[in-house]
Amino acid sequence: MNIFKIIEDIEKVDPEVYNRLDSRRNAFKGLGTIGKKAAMAAVPFALASVFQKAYGQGNNTVLEVLNFALKLEYLERNFYTQALASSGLIPEGAARGAIQKIQMHEAAHVEILKTTIQSLNGTPISEPTFNFGKNFPDWNTNYQTFLTLAQAFEDTGVRAYKGQAANLISNDAVLTAALQIHSVEARHAAHIRRMRNNQGWIVGAGANSNVPAGAQPVYAGEENVAQGGINDITKLGAGYSAEIASGAFDEPLTKEQVAAIVSLFE
Amino acid sequence: MEKLQDKPTEKEPGVLKAPMERRMFMRYAGATAALTTLLFATTSCDEDGDDMPMDPTAVDLGKGDTGILNYAYALEQLEAAFYAEVVAKSLGLFSQTEQQIMQDIKGHEGIHRDFLKAALGTSAIRDLEVNFSSINFNDKNSILTTARTFEDLGVAAYNGAGKLLENAGFLTLAGKIVSVEARHAAVIRDLISNGTFSDSANNQGLDPAMMPADVLAAAAPFIKTKISANNLPK
Repeated sequence: MNIFKIIEDIEKVDPEVYNRLDSRRNAFKGLGTIGKKAAMAAVPFALASVFQKAYGQGNNTVLEVLNFALKLEYLERNFYTQALASSGLIPEGAARGAIQKIQMHEAAHVEILKTTIQSLNGTPISEPTFNFGKNFPDWNTNYQTFLTLAQAFEDTGVRAYKGQAANLISNDAVLTAALQIHSVEARHAAHIRRMRNNQGWIVGAGANSNVPAGAQPVYAGEENVAQGGINDITKLGAGYSAEIASGAFDEPLTKEQVAAIVSLFE
Repeated sequence: MEKLQDKPTEKEPGVLKAPMERRMFMRYAGATAALTTLLFATTSCDEDGDDMPMDPTAVDLGKGDTGILNYAYALEQLEAAFYAEVVAKSLGLFSQTEQQIMQDIKGHEGIHRDFLKAALGTSAIRDLEVNFSSINFNDKNSILTTARTFEDLGVAAYNGAGKLLENAGFLTLAGKIVSVEARHAAVIRDLISNGTFSDSANNQGLDPAMMPADVLAAAAPFIKTKISANNLPK
């Protein structure tokens, strides 16, 4: 018996086995790493944990993340769709063109997330009811309020996807798609920020983001200058201000932080 | 970081519900003796395969997560060198707002490079030699189109490399950098033609994700030093 035979046998009943294991290489890698640390007695558990990752929590966790992302995309799509339908809100020309482009992307994200969830035998959540006027009554009559919210949603979206990347590590295809959405959200965020005459990147905890106090949770923690075990990256070279250091890295938000932000619109 | 990791399993594993699969799984998981032998065989054949013969003058990015981080470090070296040259030679071509943008991006790329170098420590590849002979630093259009190429390429590179990383912490770190690259890309694209910030995306609303070999081939005209990605995870 050998590991190739085991996986080939499983493949007979589960053609997706390689996807679930990321790849043949990763399955072996996982075994190798664990094996270096574990006593021989733990070997069966080591193999079990590889399959557990592939077949067990992996899929549930991935589906949870996908539905979490879907809710955000529903919110964004709904927001832009309503805004575009509010007559006189968005100026004709470049502004309207940009918002239309962004709306199309958000709608596409909704579709791809729903399809992906279904392909993993999950159930996409249905679209929630949003109330953008709950805390921002002039959101669809005041262009500046609209743009402020758009910026907050896009920057939140970037941070939300980033916060979930590690939870998708068991599924290469989903992780890659999430990253491909994540960078598009960042492009949206940068453009909306520039429409408001802000810099395209986030400096400090919202110092350059021109948002009211109530929107601060969107930028909480963005002032971070400690990265990857290095306590203060401004010290890595001459001329690295805190502005440069915080602007160079976007920070993740947890699911709970994102839910608190979204609850302002539910 | 621990908050980002997978949580312990709470539920019946979905796919294993099928009795056939579960039986097979239990049978295999219980085969202790065979597995013990197997494990040692697997461990010794190591991570990423082939150690292919390569040009001895080439810089080898290495294997595993270290290799991927070196790959990112190589791209950040390229970007940082480019913007340093733009700020040194070409600021006069730009408006005040644009000058600030170039200064900011120079700072971001510089700190990305220096951060990765520090994080890699003794595993870091050496400094790369760049080749900017095809760029006209007296021409705003030449600078901006090159910047767009580098930024879009950087985004696609990080997007493609995410799945090659094994360590969740590194994945999050790469995520922190890639969205800033995407912000750069959007701003540069808008400087070339306002409204094109996300025209990199396909009709599913997805940005490109490129694998290291393709990224390095696209970057090769701008890098004199030969780079070997032969040992990177695939």
